[in-house]
Amino acid sequence: MSKRILIDENGMRTDNRKVDELRPIKIEVGTLANANGSVYFEQGKCRILAAVYGPHEAHPRHLALPDRAILRCRYHMAPFSVTERKNPAPSRREIELSKVIREALEPLVMCELFPRTMIDVFIEILQADGGTRCAGLTAASLALADAGIPLRGLVSACAAGKVDGQIVLDLNDTEDKEGEADVPVAFIPQLNVFSLLQMDGLMTVDEYRGALSLALQGCRKLYDMQIEALKKKYLEIKVEENNQ
Amino acid sequence: MSTTPHGSIISKISQDDIKKLANEGERVDGRAFDEYRKIKITTGFVEKAEGSALVELGSTRVLAGVKVETGFPFPDTPDEGVLSVTAELLPLASETFEPGPPNENAIALARFVDRGIRESKSIDMKQFCLERGKRVYMIMIDVCVLDHGGDLIDASALAALAALSTTKYPIYNMVDGQAVKTEELKPLLLREYPIATTLAILDDKLLLDPSIQEEQATGTFISFVFLEDERICAVQKNGLATITESMLFEAIRISGEKSKELRRLLFPRGDVGGQG
Amino acid sequence: MSKFVEDRQIVVPGEVLAEGEYRLGENVYRNGNRILSTMVGLTRIDGDKLSVIALHGFYMPMNDDIVIGIIDDVGLTHWMVDINAPYPGILRASETFGRGFDPTRHDLLDELKIGDVVIAKVLSFDRTQDPVLTLKENGLGKIKDGVVVSLTPSKIPRLIGKKGSMLNIIQQKTGCQIIVGQNGRVLARCGVKTMEDLAIKIIKVIEREAHTSGLTNRVSRLLESEIEQREAGKR
Repeated sequence: MSKRILIDENGMRTDNRKVDELRPIKIEVGTLANANGSVYFEQGKCRILAAVYGPHEAHPRHLALPDRAILRCRYHMAPFSVTERKNPAPSRREIELSKVIREALEPLVMCELFPRTMIDVFIEILQADGGTRCAGLTAASLALADAGIPLRGLVSACAAGKVDGQIVLDLNDTEDKEGEADVPVAFIPQLNVFSLLQMDGLMTVDEYRGALSLALQGCRKLYDMQIEALKKKYLEIKVEENNQ
Repeated sequence: MSTTPHGSIISKISQDDIKKLANEGERVDGRAFDEYRKIKITTGFVEKAEGSALVELGSTRVLAGVKVETGFPFPDTPDEGVLSVTAELLPLASETFEPGPPNENAIALARFVDRGIRESKSIDMKQFCLERGKRVYMIMIDVCVLDHGGDLIDASALAALAALSTTKYPIYNMVDGQAVKTEELKPLLLREYPIATTLAILDDKLLLDPSIQEEQATGTFISFVFLEDERICAVQKNGLATITESMLFEAIRISGEKSKELRRLLFPRGDVGGQG
Repeated sequence: MSKFVEDRQIVVPGEVLAEGEYRLGENVYRNGNRILSTMVGLTRIDGDKLSVIALHGFYMPMNDDIVIGIIDDVGLTHWMVDINAPYPGILRASETFGRGFDPTRHDLLDELKIGDVVIAKVLSFDRTQDPVLTLKENGLGKIKDGVVVSLTPSKIPRLIGKKGSMLNIIQQKTGCQIIVGQNGRVLARCGVKTMEDLAIKIIKVIEREAHTSGLTNRVSRLLESEIEQREAGKR
């Protein structure tokens, strides 16, 4: 069985991207009416909704902490989001990713300002095509900002990886499944720290460093887009004001 | 849903002690920052399992068992055996472990140990096909945490690896479409010995193989799985805090060195010190 | 000391506003030498004091706030009140109606039932305890008629207007009594259903267009034309 070529001799990937190119991104802030904060996020073929409720009273009460708000995070894939229907019950992967995403958001939220309350973060993957935990995380941090919850900064998340022996940015589903390594990363640019770090596959330490560096480039590009998406709402308001 | 856990009730005094000592370059149990606690591995602990190993790492006790049976292959790998890893944080291991199905910590632990074995391609799963698309060997690794003394990841990964390296599984033959067990036993061959190393992140310090007190004081760890040829096959940060790029690279350096030492110490000839 | 932003500039969480010994106003925090925003909003620079006025917010109770609450639970000696905040309001029996309360003889449900709406005042709140409410002052108490509508709390000042100007226009033209809760809830009490509906409609318009200028005049004209239409419809 011959292995599929994922990067051709011109350096073009299966979706016509160069090795250091992000997939096309679309961000809509404040898209849901009920949630306190919400974001619709597209990255290539990934379609993701992130929503935030809170801070509100903790349910059940015994989960509350006396000196800070707690975060409750759910990463969930819709049954029709992947090629073969996925059972809606939480899988082990979704349970692990819910934990890893919550841990990546915790350093961001000024929880000590709202003791005894709970902040809910829901990430729903409507269509998956690789890199959903990173895209979900990037969207979730925007939803928290949209909800008016005080944050120390924003989290920008992006994966890099190794495909056909080369280090590439933002793996799509094919590259994730058939490539040699996947390195999802979440970065808080204002504090210059990582809040999510994972890797699986096979890489030398040098290749891993190269992938981290490329992923960081992706994170910084995403950060610029996050700022633009948040400010866009206000700019629309300013334009209206000028037209009055 | 993942919810912020209640921190362990470690007294502020203890936490401050650990930080103060760390600032002076010391640890509560007198170890160096990059020193493992005493490790003892006993294989063949459970005779009824095809392979098993009890790991004692400081006061942490983890028992891993390997069962080899037959079953259906996954649809996208019809000619490969199935590898699965589960972990249980047994209620008797810690006041903080509740009975019930595996929670997010048990699942995250199992999945990390799984990635270390799977991504390293330590086991050639292609040799475990009995009938393409219909019947394959299932290699099932179950990790049971018996006593939580800190650094469950390293202890679990070692236990799983040691159990696998001493596994002898029965040969099955296909007879009239059924898998029939024979009396013949075959040793499981490992192509790689992936070693996991975990460092706790305490402010700007990295502590290898955190004890339970150190875990309670920090809550954030970074783990790497290294192969013998110095490639990595898994990385995971766990916990609520963050890590800078420079600390990350330092952690990689320490892990690379320590995993080498550990492999030399525990799997000198490619099996567990003489247990063959 | 150096500033990186102008007054009335849009900033996002984590955006660096300045470096140095500035005083911290609301929605900013200090990290080392730098001062950063915690919210999406507009900067407000007041001498050496830096603040960010948030675009979105939710209601955090403050002492002396007038709030419109909904009774949502009852205990032996107090009610729990939904005041549209992260914390429930606590209304003790001793803070209602001033009458002597004896738990062995009186049942709280006789006074206020689940679902009843009250205008209350926040007596005290610090984050370690839920906000304590009272009904004991003039103008406070159970609401028996009228309609309650919810708004984003940050739009409330716009609804009130400079020195109450916006609110006065609505009250004059519709004949309704409008009571504004700091917690984003507004009560319109009119006695005439069509006027109540109109008041609600206008309040929603104000919420949507709170950020625009010339709103007071537009609202005035809109009220006039709507009332004319309704009069015409009657004839």
